[in-house]
Amino acid sequence: MSVSLRLGRRSEADAGVAPVPDAAALLVRDAAVAFGERCLWRNVSFALERGMFAALLGPNGVGKSTLLRAIVALQPLSEGEIRVFGLPPVRGRRYVGYLPQRRSFDAALRVRGIDVVRLGLDGTRWGIPLPGIGPFITAGERAARQRVTELIRLVGAEAYAHRPIGELSGGEQQRLLLAQALARRPRLLLLDEPLDSLDIANQSAIAALIQRICRDEDVAVLMVAHDVNPIVRYLDRVIYLAPEGAASGSVEEVITSERLSALYRTPIDVLRASDGRLVIVGAPEEGTPFAIGGHTGVHGPR
Amino acid sequence: MNGLLEIFSYHFMVNAFRAGTIVALAAAMIGWFAVLRRESFAAHTLAVASVPGAAGATLLGTSATGGGMLFCAIAALAIAAFPRGQSARGFSEEPAVIGVVQALALASGFLFVSLYHGLLTGTNALLFGNVLGIADTQVLVLVVVAIGALAALGAIARPLLFASIDPLVAAAHGVRVRLLSTFFLLLLGLAAAEASQIVGALLVFALLVLPAATAQRLTARPLTGLALSAALGLAATWLGLLLAYYTPYPASFYITTLAFAAFAATRWSRGVPPWRRHASTSQACEEVA
Repeated sequence: MSVSLRLGRRSEADAGVAPVPDAAALLVRDAAVAFGERCLWRNVSFALERGMFAALLGPNGVGKSTLLRAIVALQPLSEGEIRVFGLPPVRGRRYVGYLPQRRSFDAALRVRGIDVVRLGLDGTRWGIPLPGIGPFITAGERAARQRVTELIRLVGAEAYAHRPIGELSGGEQQRLLLAQALARRPRLLLLDEPLDSLDIANQSAIAALIQRICRDEDVAVLMVAHDVNPIVRYLDRVIYLAPEGAASGSVEEVITSERLSALYRTPIDVLRASDGRLVIVGAPEEGTPFAIGGHTGVHGPR
Repeated sequence: MNGLLEIFSYHFMVNAFRAGTIVALAAAMIGWFAVLRRESFAAHTLAVASVPGAAGATLLGTSATGGGMLFCAIAALAIAAFPRGQSARGFSEEPAVIGVVQALALASGFLFVSLYHGLLTGTNALLFGNVLGIADTQVLVLVVVAIGALAALGAIARPLLFASIDPLVAAAHGVRVRLLSTFFLLLLGLAAAEASQIVGALLVFALLVLPAATAQRLTARPLTGLALSAALGLAATWLGLLLAYYTPYPASFYITTLAFAAFAATRWSRGVPPWRRHASTSQACEEVA
């Protein structure tokens, strides 16, 4: 508890520090995370340039979410360092947006989508936001509402932003949460499996939306995914995470039988289906198919 | 009109209205967050903790109101010491420790009541409230604590809303989620102790949960919901006190029944069955926007 309290205080002081000019959006150097004796991953190094759209891939349980949590200072590193725009990670950085992996909101949660988006903008401020009516709205309040409207338009959620978020579909909630993560105009957006539990149509719609945001708003995106195919055509970079290191580069460089076999120390085959989909097959343990960011077997969704 | 004025010629009725008003406000607004955070069970347990507090204080010959609040605060800290499973999945179940605290509180309350033989008639007051027997000093304590708790709630309202809806993102934004939960449980403990003075430890839901739950069914806007919850709590309390004055039945019964009636009425308020709600809410939004 003492650790998180200290981090909490530090973030309040450091959160507003301006990014270092010309520094990479994200730099991870020789990083390791251990829980007690057990090392989750180590020797992880990669960089993410500004404005790039990257996928963070790897088998289930390898610690992709933990890496994201380390970047937002929710998880301390046991070795190495992380630099976000040249600065060490602290909580509450204005220019880092974070969307944790989630189930959907409780269906009975009676708070509007627009309120959830608004919390991303000034949810950390003390006090009650005074509503104000007509000419009695302060300039700050007016600007905040303007920004929320803008965000909702950006993610295409105008039709349902005023409904209780618990009543919305997974895809609708995901769009609103994306808007929330974008509220403070982050330059780096960390997304943990945003396509998880969405249907195929929504998966590609959200992936396209994220790429549009990445390009139009000049935001670097690091997105955890368990399947590379819905996003592969949008990606500038892929980063594969393994217990003993990480491989990063373009899709063509990294998703090859040689690179992945070397990284995971087990024979892995990368096959390209006739429609361009990647099929990644391997078996680190007897009989268990090894899903590392592609489809195992032949039953991949289209 | 004469009838209404006549009520206030009785000092005990004046005190009942004073105490009922401030407690209804505090309980309804703090309760709104408790309902949002799915902490109804915690609220009930905290209220039950006021029983050994008040009984113990009476046994020691000190203020029952103060004793109730002290025990509620201790119970709040005990519950906060065992946090809900870290919120990767958002709302999680309230832990069994709350049930443990409640059982212990009731058992020790029973012990204190047995030790203090003269209190046997007071047990009903502890469990079902005794709003018509509130003394001036109690009113003062209730008002001071309620205003303090409301001011504190106002100060933390926005980060608390954030942490309640979205604990992980709030933490990443630098909100100290754990600290806020503990602090909120303390506020909830105070509100529960106050509410049990009016409607009794077993009926605190009438002031803490029912107005808030009703408000949340009626509106998904946080500020409107808070105001509506307060208004509903006030209405139930005032009407309940009036009815109790003119009839031979207890105020707690009326307040609880009125609060329940409001909640039940929301079932039919829209005239639309739940499965047709989507269409009706989106129309309402367009009007609002």
